[in-house]
Amino acid sequence: MGNYTIVQARALSEAVFEMWIHAPQVARHAKAGQFCIIHADGAGERVPLTISGTNGDNIRIAFMAVGTTTKLLATLKTGDELRDVAGPLGMPSDIAEGPETVVIVGGGVGVACTPILAQAAKDAGNYVIGIIGARNRDLLIFEDDMRAICNELYVTTDDGSYGIKGFASGPLKELCESGRKIDKVWIIGPGMMMKVTSEVTRPFGIRTYVSLNPVMVDGTGMCGSCRVTVGGEMKFACVDGPEFDAHEVDWNDLMTRQRMYLSEEKQSMEYHEEHHVCRCRKVE
Amino acid sequence: MDRNPNLRITDFNEVDLGLSREEVIAEAKRCIQCKKPRCISGCPVGIDIPAFIQAIADEKFQDAADIIKKDNMLPAVCGRVCPQETQCQGECILGKKDLPISIGQLERFVADFERKKGAKCPKCAPATGKKVAVVGSGPAGLACAAELARRGHSVTVFESLHEAGGVLMYGIPAFRMPKDIVQYEIDQVKKLGVEIKTNHIVGRSVSVDELLSYDAVFLGTGAGLPYFMGIPGENLPGVYSANEFLTRVNLMGANKFPENDTPVKVGKKVVVVGGGNVAMDAARVARRMGADVTLMYRRGEADMPARLDEVRHAKEEGVFFMTATNPIAILGENNAVSGVKAIKMELGTPGDDGRCSFYPIEGSEFVVEADVVIEAIGQGPNPLLLRMLPELTRNRNGSVAVNCLGETSIQKVYAGGDVATGAATVILAMGTAKEAAVAIDHMLKK
Repeated sequence: MGNYTIVQARALSEAVFEMWIHAPQVARHAKAGQFCIIHADGAGERVPLTISGTNGDNIRIAFMAVGTTTKLLATLKTGDELRDVAGPLGMPSDIAEGPETVVIVGGGVGVACTPILAQAAKDAGNYVIGIIGARNRDLLIFEDDMRAICNELYVTTDDGSYGIKGFASGPLKELCESGRKIDKVWIIGPGMMMKVTSEVTRPFGIRTYVSLNPVMVDGTGMCGSCRVTVGGEMKFACVDGPEFDAHEVDWNDLMTRQRMYLSEEKQSMEYHEEHHVCRCRKVE
Repeated sequence: MDRNPNLRITDFNEVDLGLSREEVIAEAKRCIQCKKPRCISGCPVGIDIPAFIQAIADEKFQDAADIIKKDNMLPAVCGRVCPQETQCQGECILGKKDLPISIGQLERFVADFERKKGAKCPKCAPATGKKVAVVGSGPAGLACAAELARRGHSVTVFESLHEAGGVLMYGIPAFRMPKDIVQYEIDQVKKLGVEIKTNHIVGRSVSVDELLSYDAVFLGTGAGLPYFMGIPGENLPGVYSANEFLTRVNLMGANKFPENDTPVKVGKKVVVVGGGNVAMDAARVARRMGADVTLMYRRGEADMPARLDEVRHAKEEGVFFMTATNPIAILGENNAVSGVKAIKMELGTPGDDGRCSFYPIEGSEFVVEADVVIEAIGQGPNPLLLRMLPELTRNRNGSVAVNCLGETSIQKVYAGGDVATGAATVILAMGTAKEAAVAIDHMLKK
């Protein structure tokens, strides 16, 4: 059994957590845009999380504690072990050798995926513009990472508590309308944010990618849970994606399937609260 | 001996309790020890069936186990899930006038006897110093790994999931294939010195270059990619591939949600589409989770590819069979499944494969109410690794092309099991894998 030790765990905000995990076979092969499957313990779910960075034999993930699994992960400390970490999974981002101008837009916890992508784009000789947004200042993550990598960085908050007031789509729209040549745009965030934001680039015909995050089980093309409709065709986000042409995605299909287990999620959290399940069950 | 259907659908414990010591001895004594035993030719791995039956008749159960294990490292599995009626037992001469010998039950008894007693480990040949990579730890991968290890090679098995066993773990439910038995047989393979690396996805966590640095490679990645029917409504919440439904329950323990964190939707009414073993498994799992289950199949019951036992068990457990019926759309309300629109089929004369042709009957459309739909219409080879090996020649159905030795179009890369044959049985996978292992052994010793 693997020895997936959490080498560093810390809270980035009240609800968002960062974790560095020792997972050599994932770290050594991970590329921007790929994800890993985390299976915290024997009774836990397999959840897909984007790889947010690598350092030697360690990978970084970031997540918001909203469901049973992410709340469990949030209780784990430096030195704890995870039962399983598998990856890297999915196709790497379609980063071309520069010089291209690329815009990387991250919203909410989706910002977690942007540093590795921005770094890869930069390393390939591209001019990288970052736009990161959150509901408020407290929920904003990885600003320092992005500021260090990007040639230009715009920060937005919905409530105006920090940076530009409004959504990340605002600066993107201005960039598109400014007449500057933009070759590619990546948008990563919640489904509704990606849907709305990708409409900004459509009239300009800019190649736009989104990273889809449907429900998964194995993450290797075996179950079809993550099927999405792109360009009218069924695709499996785990092996065909997770990045797809934003302008071809059937968003209603994605978001409907993402909500499939809302009632079970609630039931699960109630069960755990009621039974005071020790959320640091021993790794089997 | 099967448990009472009303009782067994309340749990996931094994349905078939097997035969007693007295029963197996009596059954073994019925064997007439044919001079030219046809049963052996019916066995994909060529077990010396008359010899192990004779050992049982002589009450030498360990000898019987040793004879089986010369050719099959997973006897407790095969005794349970092989389609014996079309293999060894189908060839048994006694079957012409009377019942054939229950070879599967005998194999199972011997395997269970040895397990309870504590098996001794078969001896391996001296180490050859050669290293072989096996991709996938399902029936094919395990069979190949065991054979190679016994021939003295160092074997590393890469498994992408967090448990070894492939379809034996994620696909076949515990009431048909208890998981502790699968684990035990996997442990037996490990005792031969085989290393199994879980969470290792070849093509991702293990690069193709790394893979090809081994002295030989065996691809046993199975047929894990589920097909969908391509009808309207398939992406509605509540529509599952059988692979997903079974994986959620068998591997992730969703039948014990919320104690386990992985959920699965079952609802009150389930429609399962398909007529194979996987369809039966899905239907029977859904029954155990309290649903009314309708099994929809486009041809007749006699055309179903499932084992006879599975069809019988499913019926005993109250699965309603709706044959000569094909779904044409999945209907939804409020973002959930509400039913299946289906059409009746007219069955024609059986074709070359012995199965009926079928035609939709115009105007016969009707709706079956459903909360959940499970599609068990077949699987293809998993594309993940195959896409990383573009020089690998594929058959028209996408499976990996191999010759009779299991050799692929890439030097020193072999394949066996479902990835080469298309979705088939556990034992056929093991048979082709064993042949490939023998070929690999010859190549390495050249």
